[in-house]
Amino acid sequence: MSLRTVEMALATPGLDADGQPTRVPLGAGTERGVYDDDFGAERMLVNIGPQHPATHGVLRLVVELEGETVKRCIPHLGYLHSGFEKLGEYRHYNQIIPLTDRTDYLSPMANNVGLAMAVEKLMGIQVTERCEVLRVIACEMSRIISHLVWLGTTGIDLGAFTPFLWSFQERERIYNLQEMWTGARLTTSMTRVGGLMADVPDGFDDGLREFTRTFPDTLREVDTMFTRNAIWIGRTQGVGVLTGEEATNFSLSGPMLRASGVDYDVRKDRPYLGYETYDFDVPIGEHGDIYDRYRVRLEEMWQSNRILEQALDRLAKLEGAPINVDDPRVILPPKSQAMSDMEAMIYHFKQVMEGVKPPVGEAYLGIENPKGELGYYFVSDGTAKPVRWRIRPPSFINLSSLPKMCEGALLSDVIAINASVDIVMGEVDR
Amino acid sequence: MTLSPSVPALRAEFGPAVERHLVSCGDTIVYVSRARSHDVLAWLKDAPDQRFDYLTDVTAVEYRDPEPPLEVVYQLRSLARRADLRVKVALDQRAPLEVRSVVDLWRGADWLEREVYDMFGVVFTGHPDLRRILMWETYAEGYPLRKDFPLRGHFSRAEQTRQALAANPEAHYSLEELSIADAYDELPADVRERLSRGERGFLK
Repeated sequence: MSLRTVEMALATPGLDADGQPTRVPLGAGTERGVYDDDFGAERMLVNIGPQHPATHGVLRLVVELEGETVKRCIPHLGYLHSGFEKLGEYRHYNQIIPLTDRTDYLSPMANNVGLAMAVEKLMGIQVTERCEVLRVIACEMSRIISHLVWLGTTGIDLGAFTPFLWSFQERERIYNLQEMWTGARLTTSMTRVGGLMADVPDGFDDGLREFTRTFPDTLREVDTMFTRNAIWIGRTQGVGVLTGEEATNFSLSGPMLRASGVDYDVRKDRPYLGYETYDFDVPIGEHGDIYDRYRVRLEEMWQSNRILEQALDRLAKLEGAPINVDDPRVILPPKSQAMSDMEAMIYHFKQVMEGVKPPVGEAYLGIENPKGELGYYFVSDGTAKPVRWRIRPPSFINLSSLPKMCEGALLSDVIAINASVDIVMGEVDR
Repeated sequence: MTLSPSVPALRAEFGPAVERHLVSCGDTIVYVSRARSHDVLAWLKDAPDQRFDYLTDVTAVEYRDPEPPLEVVYQLRSLARRADLRVKVALDQRAPLEVRSVVDLWRGADWLEREVYDMFGVVFTGHPDLRRILMWETYAEGYPLRKDFPLRGHFSRAEQTRQALAANPEAHYSLEELSIADAYDELPADVRERLSRGERGFLK
């Protein structure tokens, strides 16, 4: 038999006659009991996941090792496949919004915004100014909580526990604000085609302003803890490197692309929701390693905080302005009117029973989500249900570069590299 | 409703291979023939005044009405020029659903094409590793996003449960995939048969 045969079953050490533990040959071998010192000739398969805390969900990696060096890493997906795209073909456009909460469940509000915007592009609807500002707030709050989860869990993967607590503490404050606004902490479903489910309640802007005032303290603490930390630098610099050319060729997006030095941010390059009128910077890395991805995400949280401050100022000026477009074909009439006014009742009935009907056509719209470019592609045949609803999943596409990044790395680096991609399996598997 | 300047350039370069074009919601869509799809996409990627270096997405669309052909959709973007283009290849459903793979142009197409294969059954010729990606490798119900696939699947709930319980996930470590195929071929037939049943640990 060839030397490359791989022993799948791992022997368990027992006790010998003297009560000493028996040795299990490391080079799980060609002949039983023969200790094979030639590690270089043997390859070992290590299966990581799907039930493993460091794979950030139900990702399964089969790693082929030579010694401790990864020769190949093969991801297996689909453990969380829910068939959202298929389900969307059987639902009205507004009924699809709850599905988007459950794809990238670490930034549900940003997904809601992207979906509503894609349908609005299909229908040619321009939303109101207050709605735009509130959607910007939703997107940037999502960016902060998503990056905080990334920061905390990656810290844990590399052995740092404290920043996890700091980041989850801050995240809790945003979750409280989300709950205040939408009634849900995770399944927010806060947009509607042409507007929003609800305006923000009293006290929301004070709460968010307090958050933007105190959040930088935590960022500074994290910065102190990580940025010049010898262990952190040792584990992250020069690990999982992708050049800008490779990152582009792999269709990466978001912080993964920008850490490799490619200057592309959908908010700057194809502005939506009036992002071109906000004053913020886009951080760009230069080495394309885990450390630069960390720096990019940390800086993005600072910038999101800046955008939130500006958006809050604009929100105060737009107090009392409408959040929904004035179009009874897409927006439900107020309940009081639906009960007393004949025309409003008809619109209400048609909305609930038939849903929003975009014209025949198709539209692709990408927004800059925390994980990367989230795109929604709709094909409409003029009925209330889409012919095709496609999610362009940033995590899925970013994850496809994992085998390339892991080649030649150490097994322990696989955990760090996988963490640096920032995946959410709900979105990878959809 | 502006037409992308890439369309006249494509028509000049490829003539009849560019079947038609249209603008929908501000996006330009170009239909190209299946036979020349790879040439067209390679040209779009490399021509100095096109430079669509970024493949945003690959997907497919099947219409409710069975008459229009199934379409493979490429969303292209030029990061340098900040331009987008949607290229479609129409596949007649009466012929085998096949189109040339573009993994040699964009590595990002690897998993995206696998997903289209998994969900629609479109075969990408020249793809280095065309396997199912979201569904498991022994999935036998067909292609979930096709319109003839019912929402709850082809098999009954009982049959799905029976198959799930009978499946031996350990059998799908896929020796071939992990390039120990050379060792596998040298094995005696009965050992190979035991391996394919999922038995492990008897090879010492």
